[in-house]
Formats: sequence, structure tokens, C-alpha cells
Amino acid sequence: MNDLLSTIDWSRGQFALTAIVHWLFVPLSIGLSLIVGIMETIYLRTRNERWKQMTKFWMLLFGINFACGVATGIILEFEFGTNWSNYSWFVGDIFGAPLAIEGIAAFFLESTFIAVMFFGWKRVSPGFHLASTWLTAIGISLSAYWILVANAWMQHPVGMEFDPSQMRNVMTDFRAVALSHTAVVKFFHTVLSGWVLGAVFVVGVSCWFIWRKSNLQFAKDSIKVASWVGFAGIVLTIWTGDMSAVDVSRTQPMKLAAMEALYDGECGQDLVAFGFLDPAKQRSDDAEPVVCAIKIPYGLSMLANHDPYSFVPGINDLIEGREITPQGDTIATVSYAERIARGKKAQQALRLYEKASAEGDTTATLMAERDLKADFRYFGYGFLSSPDEAVPPVAITFYAFRVMVIFGGYLVLFFMVMLFLSYKKPVHLENRWIVLFGLLTIPVVWLASEAGWIVAEMGRQPWTIEGLLPCKAAVSAIPSGSVQLTFWMFVTVFTGLLAADISILTREISKASKRDLLAPENTTKTSHK
Amino acid sequence: MEALQIYWWFVISLLGGLLVFLLFVQGGQTFLWPGGSSSTKSLMVNALGRKWELTFTTLVTFGGAFFASFPLYYSTSFGGAYWLWMLILLSFILQAVSYEFRTKPGNIFGTRTYDCFLCFNGCAGCVLLGCAVGMQFFGADFEVSRQSILNPGAPVISVWNHWHGFAEIFSIRNLLLGFTVLFLARTLGVMFLYRNVDAPDKVLFARKCRSRIISNGIVFVLLFLCFMGALLTAQGYTMGADGHFSAVSNKYLWNFIDLWWIGIVFLIGVAMVLYAIIRVIISASFRSQGFWWMGIGVVLVVTCLFCVSGYNNTAYLPSISHPDSSLTISNSSSTRFTLQVMAWVTLLLPIVLGYIAYVWHKLTSPAISTTELSESDHNY
Repeated sequence: MNDLLSTIDWSRGQFALTAIVHWLFVPLSIGLSLIVGIMETIYLRTRNERWKQMTKFWMLLFGINFACGVATGIILEFEFGTNWSNYSWFVGDIFGAPLAIEGIAAFFLESTFIAVMFFGWKRVSPGFHLASTWLTAIGISLSAYWILVANAWMQHPVGMEFDPSQMRNVMTDFRAVALSHTAVVKFFHTVLSGWVLGAVFVVGVSCWFIWRKSNLQFAKDSIKVASWVGFAGIVLTIWTGDMSAVDVSRTQPMKLAAMEALYDGECGQDLVAFGFLDPAKQRSDDAEPVVCAIKIPYGLSMLANHDPYSFVPGINDLIEGREITPQGDTIATVSYAERIARGKKAQQALRLYEKASAEGDTTATLMAERDLKADFRYFGYGFLSSPDEAVPPVAITFYAFRVMVIFGGYLVLFFMVMLFLSYKKPVHLENRWIVLFGLLTIPVVWLASEAGWIVAEMGRQPWTIEGLLPCKAAVSAIPSGSVQLTFWMFVTVFTGLLAADISILTREISKASKRDLLAPENTTKTSHK
Repeated sequence: MEALQIYWWFVISLLGGLLVFLLFVQGGQTFLWPGGSSSTKSLMVNALGRKWELTFTTLVTFGGAFFASFPLYYSTSFGGAYWLWMLILLSFILQAVSYEFRTKPGNIFGTRTYDCFLCFNGCAGCVLLGCAVGMQFFGADFEVSRQSILNPGAPVISVWNHWHGFAEIFSIRNLLLGFTVLFLARTLGVMFLYRNVDAPDKVLFARKCRSRIISNGIVFVLLFLCFMGALLTAQGYTMGADGHFSAVSNKYLWNFIDLWWIGIVFLIGVAMVLYAIIRVIISASFRSQGFWWMGIGVVLVVTCLFCVSGYNNTAYLPSISHPDSSLTISNSSSTRFTLQVMAWVTLLLPIVLGYIAYVWHKLTSPAISTTELSESDHNY
């Protein structure tokens, strides 16, 4: 049992490590592919060579980054099987489908046409080349769609039912899975944040050129295109973020409570804009969870329900099954203790079903099936030993949410400034402070992007599938030593890979800053041996 | 339901066949290290590098399709033979960055290291994938118990022996298949390079390719014959109407006889492979056709091998310690609904294959030359 617990923690760690590293590369691929597509389109419309050179330069950086995204992406798919084998069986009937569609409909699209992007300049017509660039970008976004459908389904399982004869969940409505509100919102929120990240990267690198006083025209043109992409991206990201918050309040209220460190909710709930968590705070005490808090009145009620006077349940409310109606009456819902009890009842009914079914006792089978159906909604809670187990790590979820939101707000300002300067005061783009502003925003956008995923994934703990299967029932039977070893193996590989990636990118950028990127003869040629 | 399971096993088999064919990239990589930095080597790297993503994507799709259609296999094999799959993963991660990074300034580890990674992926990737497929014929030591999910102390439905994949890696019969795949990939890889590289010293390059085809082709044929001997005499498992399994001697030989049409296609594939190897050796003018003859032959052979491992109530992942835990296409598949939905998606496959073929043609005709590399702004 202890080894199993340790295996769970190491498996969680390994999956988190892979996902975090993977997400360093993916949003950049999403954003750069769009920007490269726009630049090449401008080139084809204007036939101006400088746009071709710009396309080629950003395409070079895209290619370096893309390889790392591919390398880390395959691990995630395999880890569902290697580290979460119970999960793979229990919901493979539903979860596997988006992964397979991703492979057939998206991966082949991007992997085929990316070759044309890089090697087809002289082998295909300009129109076909442009189409390939856009097909690569579409392929990347399509791929994101299907994996986010899979992820959204884990956050909010729909379109399925439990089949006791197979002891697993089966899909009953593909449309509900593929087009669930959670999936659609998650897709737009995630992909649009990729636009923002790609745009900040382009602006930041362009600022480096300006700092080095080289390729000024190239840099300013790049900033102009990227700022539009980034501005559109961040506005839409915030919009979809708002939709996402409403969705979370409906489907994962415990996650929302953890994001706010809200223990006891009320009507007209404030939103903590900034504050520090009291580390001594216990769920059962009356201490204020957030100290030095700056609050936005009615903010959380607005965010969660678009109604400033609505009730937002806190962690204690959810655990105790307490809700306040719009009229102010306190009503009782299903407490977590009851969910655990009913979950265990459902599991016991499944045991009886299995036994009766093996013995050929049809009446007992039907009775057990009826009991199972009555309580199946709480099946996953039956694996928990106490309601506290269902509370996600509050501190990391709380702080990650603030990092995402505060930095997101900062990015609106960033792109507004960049757009204003690009069109009204282009000469000010050469100001050292503005350049520094652009450069320092690069790590900010990555922090915001990773923080978003940390909120999404830490906030749904302890579940692999919300309310249905906790991590401890989803894991493979592997000794924790083996998982530790592969964890450190991946740490080593990823560290080397990341170091090489950053080193190559900085070298290419530094090399480019020493030559005229807009001269047709000085292309972004790399050496070959 | 049965028809859908058969259809999906065929899709998996076809993807398996295509994957083994595309391992020519890995086979070609095994010739890159050690080695100098000649222009011919650069041409070889660039010719292979324009195809690596196809192999990679096919592997990912193969995994995804297995997950969607036969989730119990995904759960049992991946979660059980942990080290086998982890080492496969490691080899492919290293490949994914090596082409892009190998000649870039600032790559930290140097070109030779990345070439070494490519060679490692070429050798280990092929052998380990062969071992993974070998499990499907020769079995593994595991037990599946779905009821275990209700066991609070150890809620794991499939449990393997404590070697967790090492026993499968070091099984002689699995290794036999692994090395067969390796030499097949090497032979195909040389044929691909022979066709797609316009080397500066054409005569020397052609001579080298032919000698490599001879040596690797002969080793491959010998290994393949040994593997077929082992396979056709191997004991397999059949699932009876009651769901219990019974051991059957020469199971796969009987499957070839019972499913005679698969046997015929298999023999046609074998004949195409042998014809390609022999013709390329004896006739220089056959150089541009050999790769495709052998490639199509490989797809047919591997597809048929996968088919006989799963059809005819055969356990495609036999459990040698608990035969009743063995997996068949009927006891490990997704539901009818999921298989149906996914079957609609496979209608995209001809379109996918169509644009891949078109792009392949555009990017490989004419063969890659030093002139093209010197004019190109994106080389490996």
C-alpha cells in the first residue's frame, strides 16, 4: 500500500513534469505558426522579398521549437498507458477516441506539410507552399483541439455511462464528448493563449534586434504583425477565460473554491485580487485564509455566475453540502461524507453484481444493477477515505490563478502599448525602456501560460476524471523505484533538451542580429556538414 | 460487433505494416554513426530527415488507434511492460530533436552526439519495437483481473511479473523478431538512400549501397526464416465459446492455413521483398524501383502477420502464466459505439495517404543533391 502511494506520487510528478515541459513548446508552435502564415500571406500578396525573409527567419525558430514539442508530446500519450493503466482501461473506450482522431486527422496534416514548409520553397509553387504553411498551422490547432477534448472530458465527463458487465465506462454520445461546452471553451482559451505567447516571443526577439541596433525595419514590421496577433489573442483569451470560470463554477466548484482559497462562501462574494495565504489556516478553524487581501467587491459572484449577488460555495460549503438560494435560504445538498458513503455503496453493488452475474442469479444481478445505477454518480468518491481527500492543494492553485490573471492583465497593457507605438510613435520603439519592456515580457507570458495549466490540473486533484476516478485508483502496478528512475531519466533528458533548445535559439537570434535579414542573399541559412 | 472488431484489427494491422515500412528512416540512421562529415553523409541525413516525422506520426497514430480500439491492450501492455515502452520512448525522443539540432550552432552536445542519438534510435527503436510485437506472438507473464479495481489496497487490474518489460526485452524469440526488424529496416533504409540521394561520387555510393543491401539483406532473410520457423512452430492460444483459453500447437501455422487468403497475400509480400533485394543486387537500373517493391512487400507481410496474430479467436497478447487473462480482439476491444464512430474517422485515411503520397513525390523527385543543399536555407 505504501509503495502504491509512492507510485502514485511519482507518477503524478512524472506526468506533471512532462506536461509542463511539453507546454513550454506547444504554445510557441501555435503562435508562431499563425504569425508565419500571416507573414507568408503578405509576401504572396505583395511579392515583397522582405516579407519572405521575415517568414523564413521566424520559420527557422518555429522549426527548432517544434521538434521539442514533438519529442515531449509522444511521452504524454504513452504515459496514459504506462503510468495510468487502470485509467486507460476504465475510460479507454471514451478517452482513446480523441487521441486516435488527433493522430489521423491532425498529426499527419502537420507532419506532412511541415516538410513542404521547410524544404518545399523550390520544389512546389508559391501558392502550394503558402497552403502548406497554413495547413501546418491548422494541423497544430486541430491537434490541440482533440487533445483538449480529451482533457476537458477528464474535467467534466459527459456522453458516457457505466457498463457493469465490463466494469468500465463506455461512450454513448460522441457529439457530447467532442463538442462539450467545457471542451470548446478550453480549446479557444488555450489556443488563443498560444497566439499571445507566440506574439510576445516575436515582439521580445524583435526588441533584442532593436537593442542591438540591427534589422530595425525587420523588427518593427515583426512587432506590428505580432502585436495585432497578441492583442486579438489576449482580448479573446480573457473573454474565453471568463467563460471558463463560469464553466468551472458549474462543473468543478471545488476547483473554483481552491482557486480563491474560499472556505465559507456567501452571496455577493468578493474576489481576491491580491493577497497572501495564511499557512496556518485549517479547514475547520475560523481564521481568515487570505491576509493582506485586496478584494474586488462582488467580483467572484460576477466571475462565477455573472450575477453580483449570487452565492459561491466555499470548500466547507461543498464538503458539508450547504448552499444558499437567491432568496437567502440555506439548503442542504449532498455532503462529501454522504458522497463517500454512497460511492462505497455503489462499489459494493458492483461487487454483488459481479458475484450474482458469475453465479447466473438474474434477480440478484438486476437488483445490484439497480442499486449501482442509483449511486453511480458518486462511484469515484467511494475510493476516498475522508472528505478532506477531495480538497485540491489550495496554495498552489490559489497562487497560480493569480499569476495567470495578473500577468494576463499586464499583457493587455503590453500589446496596447506596442500597437500604439508601432503606429503612432514608431521611433519610440527604439527607446531602451521599451525594448527592456519587450524583452522582460518573454518570461512573463510563459509563467502566465504554465500557471493556467497548473490551475487546471492541480485544481482538479485528487481526480483523474472528476468525481469518477481518483488518481490512486487510476495508477499502474509498477514499483515506485521504477517510476522514480524514469522520472529522473526524463528530468535529465528534458534538461539537456531545453538547454540545447534555448542555446540554439539564442545563437540563431544572436547570429541574425549581426547581419541584414532583409537582404535576399542573406537568408537564414544554416550550415550542414 | 464482430465485424467492427475485425475491421479495427485490420486497421491496426495496416498501421503496423506502414510503421514497419517507415522504419526505413531508423534503418538508414544506423549508417550515420560513427562516420565522418562528408557531403554524402550530409545528403543521407537530409534525405532521411525529410521523412522522420512520418514514421514518428505513424507510431503515435498506431498507439492512439490501439488505445481507442483495444484499450485493454494499451492498459495491460503499456502499464506492464513498463521498461520496454519507456526505452522505446526514450529512443524516439532523442530522434525527434536530433535532426533539427545536429548542425545548428550552439547545440551544446555536438553533431557527433546527435548522430549517435540517431543511430541509437535506429538500432534500439527497431529492436525494441520488434520485441513489443514479439510479445503478441510469444506471450508475456501477466494477469488481468477487472474486479481488482474495487480492491482498495491494490486497485490495479493488470499485474505483470516484477521484471516489468525486461523479461520481454531479453526473450530470445522476441529479440529474434527485433533483430529481423532491424536488418529489414537497414536494408530498406539503404534502398531508400540508393534511390533518393544523388551523391557526388555516384559510382562509389552505388557500390557501397549495393554491398550494404547484400550484407543486410542476407542477414535479414536468414533472421526472417528463423523467426518464421519459431512462429510457425510456436504454441498459441485460442479462446473457446466459454471464454476460456486453450493452448494450440503450431497455432500460427494453422491460422495461415485456416485464413488461407491472408497466407496468399503474405506469400506475395515475401516474394516482393525477395524479388526487390535480388533485383537491386543484380541490376543497377532497378535502383529506383527496389525501394517500392520491397516497401509494399513489407507492408503486406507485416499486415498479414498482425492479422494472423489476432484473427481466428487467437490471443494476440497471450498470458503464459494465466492463459485466461490473454487478450483477444473480442475481449479487449472498445464498444460497438466507439468502434463505429472511429470507423467513420478511418474514412479519412485514403485522403491522408493521398496527400502524403503527393507531398512525398514533390519532395523526393528529383533526388536530393549537393546543389540543392547548398541552395537550401534549411538543412539538417
